[in-house]
Amino acid sequence: MIMTMVQAINQALAQEMERDARYLILGEDVGRDGGVFRVTEGLVDKFGPERVIDTPLAESGGVGVAVGMTALGLRPIVEIQFMGFIYPAFNQIVSHVARLRNRTRGRFPVPLTIRTPYGAGVKALEHHSESTEALFCQIPGLVVVAPSSPGDAKGLLISSLRSDDPVVFLEPTKLYRAEKQEVPEGLYEVPLGQAKIVREGRDLSIVAWGAMIPVALAGAARVEAEGVSAEVVDLRTLAPMDRETVIASVKKTGRAIVLHEAPKTCGLGAEIAALICERALLSLSAPVIRVAAPDITVPLPKSEDYYYPNTERLLRAIRGIMEF
Amino acid sequence: MSSAARSSSTSSRLGLKKNSLADSGVAGAESGRTTGPGHRDAGLVGGFMIERFDPLKGERLQVLDEKGAARADLEPAIDGQTLRKMYVNMSLARAADAKALKLQRQGRLGTFASSRGHEACQGGVASAMQGSDWIFPYFRDLGIYVTLGFPLQDYFHYWMGNEAGNRTPEGMNIYSFAIPVASQILHAVGAGMAANYRKLRIAVVATFGDGATSEGDFHEAMNFAGVFRTPNVFVCYNNQFAISVPRSRQTASATIAQKAVAYGFRGVQVDGNDILAVSVAAKEAAETARSGGGPTLIEAYTYRMGDHTTSDDASRYRTQDAVLEWEKRDPIVRFQLYLKSKHLWDEAYEREVQDRASETVEKAVEAAEARPPASVEDLFAYTYASMTPNLKEQLSDLNAFLRGGAR
Repeated sequence: MIMTMVQAINQALAQEMERDARYLILGEDVGRDGGVFRVTEGLVDKFGPERVIDTPLAESGGVGVAVGMTALGLRPIVEIQFMGFIYPAFNQIVSHVARLRNRTRGRFPVPLTIRTPYGAGVKALEHHSESTEALFCQIPGLVVVAPSSPGDAKGLLISSLRSDDPVVFLEPTKLYRAEKQEVPEGLYEVPLGQAKIVREGRDLSIVAWGAMIPVALAGAARVEAEGVSAEVVDLRTLAPMDRETVIASVKKTGRAIVLHEAPKTCGLGAEIAALICERALLSLSAPVIRVAAPDITVPLPKSEDYYYPNTERLLRAIRGIMEF
Repeated sequence: MSSAARSSSTSSRLGLKKNSLADSGVAGAESGRTTGPGHRDAGLVGGFMIERFDPLKGERLQVLDEKGAARADLEPAIDGQTLRKMYVNMSLARAADAKALKLQRQGRLGTFASSRGHEACQGGVASAMQGSDWIFPYFRDLGIYVTLGFPLQDYFHYWMGNEAGNRTPEGMNIYSFAIPVASQILHAVGAGMAANYRKLRIAVVATFGDGATSEGDFHEAMNFAGVFRTPNVFVCYNNQFAISVPRSRQTASATIAQKAVAYGFRGVQVDGNDILAVSVAAKEAAETARSGGGPTLIEAYTYRMGDHTTSDDASRYRTQDAVLEWEKRDPIVRFQLYLKSKHLWDEAYEREVQDRASETVEKAVEAAEARPPASVEDLFAYTYASMTPNLKEQLSDLNAFLRGGAR
């Protein structure tokens, strides 16, 4: 069936919840309202308010109670309305969700999924455009996922829900309804920890994820006419990262650009650039380049275009790296 | 009752509850507190001990006075064997605590948070728990562990610096104690929500100190508990200090117990140095929870006899006079006097209790120290359900370094 990412995520939730009564959804406006992006639309009718729970407005509360639910064998799914509002829950995520398995030597794992829309490019209000995935990728014990297409979103979410590890599932707001795609009707998994080559190329590897994938693909298509063959690696799982796919791609092409919408300094691009230097330095014919947001607060909508990496900025980087 | 029905009935019940509290305040109801629609909930339980002590009027539940004499109308019917068991557990907790402090001074155990003075709070709460109940404790809860039969050698092993000691035995419903203050209260509420969803008739207990009531997580937890009418028993050990900052700097409320009123459920302040008072309140609260009557907040009014931890020096911020004043209210001495009045205690029995406690503690320490430290593999094995390629590589690198040094 042809569907948007919102519909694909909704279907993944519905089908998994149908299959397994241990799943509950918790969040603000997830019930009658179906979520502010309508991702949980219709689920309260299907599963009842005891499984699709409108909570008081409290992010630490939502994640904190979800931790306790796992003690009694449930698999809660927490929706944080926007990534910019996840920070009140940061203590619960870092101090408990991520580390309980280790600090109890496996006695109390925390198999929950935290879903949240992230990213800029939709001219949103302040605090509604955050892309702070690196904060979570630094924390041992967390799995961080960011899909770039409806089909991947469904399969990755199903894998996340079934995972015995806690997953922070980042949904690119910009792609929620940007494109429709054929999505398989049934249940299927897209494995966690596996990147995907979404476009093959010979001269250059562009590593990206989430809403930067369409930008990367557009850039690759544009430079093809100039005789540059660009490969695009969609990380899909940001932590733990599929390092082998990245390294193999860079060893093949000899050039790498990391493209992300988070601020440049200490962004995930820094980790990827370091990884390439450690593992593929002698294959490189140019330094690794990061195309990222500047190290400033996400501007209000009128200035968003200065901030958000776009195809033109990527093209400049591609030409730079090819001429090095 | 389905969870749906439960949740839809929540608001109306809370509405009634709110009215009843307002009514009792306006009426200044003295003995009339067993009337009013809100008390239908407590009616599921019988007893209403908690209802008789209104924190908004500064009333505090105390069964035993400082001389160990019981108030006849409040004294619970507990058989002699059980009373002695409670005393044994308090004594064991005190002995284990003293041993931990000694071990820390000898460099055999890490930084330690003493529970001295909290034996009545912890023993009273744990004594109210039944088989399938859960507890979400915090870092100052030795008496909970002792009373619930958590292996003492594991407890020492953890504080000696080994995660393996923090693995609750299978089948034992003690969640891993929390160190980030107040964060565990939300976990207890979530477990309570899960119990409602799974239709389990259990009580879920959370313990915390007075400092925790200043954290956002405390308020979010109370709020969720009220809204979802969770089967929780919240027990605040108000021991007057959060490290150095006194209770008066944590809240302007006259009591901590009264905060429950704002969240739509019952709160009661009890004498935290009186194990019978804590036990009576906790049992009633747990029974209320198990029978669908919702959460209760118990403030156990007590005193932290020791430093915050072995890294603290309480003489910097409180006088020895204050400590000596509270020594007179020692919870173990008080219970001992009570047992004596019941002919359940004499010097010979005390020697027996102390000898057994000391033997148990020594054996546990010996066993804990005999255990090997974690393997290097163990450090990596529990980060994820299965070790990631990255972790495997880092483990192998560390092992190579350990084998070959810097070469």
